[in-house]
Amino acid sequence: MTVTAAPTAIETPAAVVTPAKAGTGSKVMAWLILLAGIAYFLTPLIATGERAFRAIGGTFSFEAFRRVVSDPEFLRTFGESAINAVLTIFVSLLVIVPTAYWVTLRVPKLRSVIEFITLLPFVIPAVVLVFGLIRMYSRPPLAILSTYGSTRVMLICAYAALSFPYMYRSVDNGLRAINVRTLTEAAQSLGAKWPTIIRRVIFPNLRVALLSGALLTFAIVIGELTIALYMGQHTFGPYMSNLVRNFVAEPAALTVLSFAMTWAAMGIISFLARRQPSSKPKKAV
Amino acid sequence: MAFLTLQHVRKQFGANAAVEDFNLDVEAGEFVSFLGPSGCGKTTTLRMIAGFEKPSSGRISLNGRDITNARPNERDVGMVFQQYALFPNMTVGQNVGFGLKLKKTPRPEIKSRVTELLELIHMPDKGDNYPHELSGGQQQRVALARALAISPQVLLLDEPLSALDAKIRDELRNEIRRIQRQLSITTIYVTHDQEEAMALSDRVVVMSRGAMEQVGPPFQIYNYPETQFVASFVGKLNQLPGKVIDPAAGTVQCGDVAIRTTTPIEEPAGAPVNVMVRPEELDLGAGEENQVSGVVESVNFLGAIVRVRLDRAHSNGSGESITADLFNERLLELPSVGDTVTVSFPAHACWVLTAR
Repeated sequence: MTVTAAPTAIETPAAVVTPAKAGTGSKVMAWLILLAGIAYFLTPLIATGERAFRAIGGTFSFEAFRRVVSDPEFLRTFGESAINAVLTIFVSLLVIVPTAYWVTLRVPKLRSVIEFITLLPFVIPAVVLVFGLIRMYSRPPLAILSTYGSTRVMLICAYAALSFPYMYRSVDNGLRAINVRTLTEAAQSLGAKWPTIIRRVIFPNLRVALLSGALLTFAIVIGELTIALYMGQHTFGPYMSNLVRNFVAEPAALTVLSFAMTWAAMGIISFLARRQPSSKPKKAV
Repeated sequence: MAFLTLQHVRKQFGANAAVEDFNLDVEAGEFVSFLGPSGCGKTTTLRMIAGFEKPSSGRISLNGRDITNARPNERDVGMVFQQYALFPNMTVGQNVGFGLKLKKTPRPEIKSRVTELLELIHMPDKGDNYPHELSGGQQQRVALARALAISPQVLLLDEPLSALDAKIRDELRNEIRRIQRQLSITTIYVTHDQEEAMALSDRVVVMSRGAMEQVGPPFQIYNYPETQFVASFVGKLNQLPGKVIDPAAGTVQCGDVAIRTTTPIEEPAGAPVNVMVRPEELDLGAGEENQVSGVVESVNFLGAIVRVRLDRAHSNGSGESITADLFNERLLELPSVGDTVTVSFPAHACWVLTAR
């Protein structure tokens, strides 16, 4: 088959493109698109890295990173946000795993309703959420936002709500990948009770899904600004925001650090996903 | 009293009755199969015995204990599922020992029991493998060993061979029967495969639309079906519509021929009935008492048997066809398509059922 460049009355040899040439052309185009995509994503990163690594007199150094890490506020706010993130993951898992498990096992018809509820944080802006929380819990009869500690509890609950879309999807995908009903029934027929089934059968088989949801939650919480700011919490988000306003190289160094952490998290998920035993049997006997 | 008893068991899902008035007594060590098409209620009944579904009414008792409302983990039954249901995070050995661990069995005892069961299923060296490293057939063997490990009073198998290919299915079927006989464990087996049910069972329960159609040994079910459904579902069957001529003499007029049966006819003269005869009861030629002619429509060579299909339309205008399964032998002379041939069968080979 030949492909002509344009319809002409008499085909000249120059107008005929062989399949091999056409294939080469599409390969070149594919490479060009790929390179454009890579450039689109890497250019800002390289520029940020350039700013971070050449903070002092344009020479390569880790000075900006040293300054960031040696700032006591960095460690304090990062530590506080990390603790918030861990507590958020705990609350989120406590709410989402039993809910998703129960919906899958007993009321699959409710799946779309639960999905809609978990998507609400995407629809409701964080600023609306935080003002709603402040209005609701800062006056009687539910005036619990009176101290830094109690406000922090509320902050963690708000973060848990923010994490629902990611956590629910991760857990739901994990549950869909294993045959939850049959595994549950198999365990029951062997004498297992609910806590044993969840602990010994369901949780271990959701390892990657749970880790994926947990890492995404960690990433959201660690840099969250709006809710923390309006609730008067001195966490990592407001610290970074403050840094951006007052310094040049340090925010760039922070950005590089956060990218490194994100990629490390992705790497861990990918590594564990490869090690997760599959439930598909081999073909050979 | 029977070992496992189901009395007037009924299961309703919304407005639909999945199982209706199910009554069955199973003796200790017996192998009983529930056979029927999809949606006939066989799996629902099995799940009620396992405790995964609660009967809407009726009673289930096991070894004298009422288990109707007992939880699945309190019933002392072992179950094997169609999809294997091995725990992917555990090795074969851990899977087999899971139930024993829950029973707080001492570790050395678990180890020896696991070894014993892996030898029973001919997989003594696979204890450290994970389920995903095994084939489907091997996984199902492990699932069987896991169910047997807790020494259940009843073993329940829910279409355990459906997901396997023909050769492995055949091998595993023999394995299941061997192990069941060796352990003398009371077994309930659900299948839609009649050959499987016939080959394995002491008794077969044929089910249709949530109700029991017939219960009996495979030989009886196949040769003496009591209902039209059993007759047509179990094995292949020729049905010749006709009218009773003389009930006492056992004669029925089918188109242009009179058929005689030695099986008693309960219908009065003139009543519309179907004469039933299995394809393997027919012989080519006019050697037997009952004879039917037709034009050969197809001849299919199936190895051990040759299936000849006759069209009776030319001989009596009824349009029905009749199938004869002839045992293959080297000297067999096969008819050709388009030939007019006669097949015959003895009076004791056919029986009569009321036409619906």
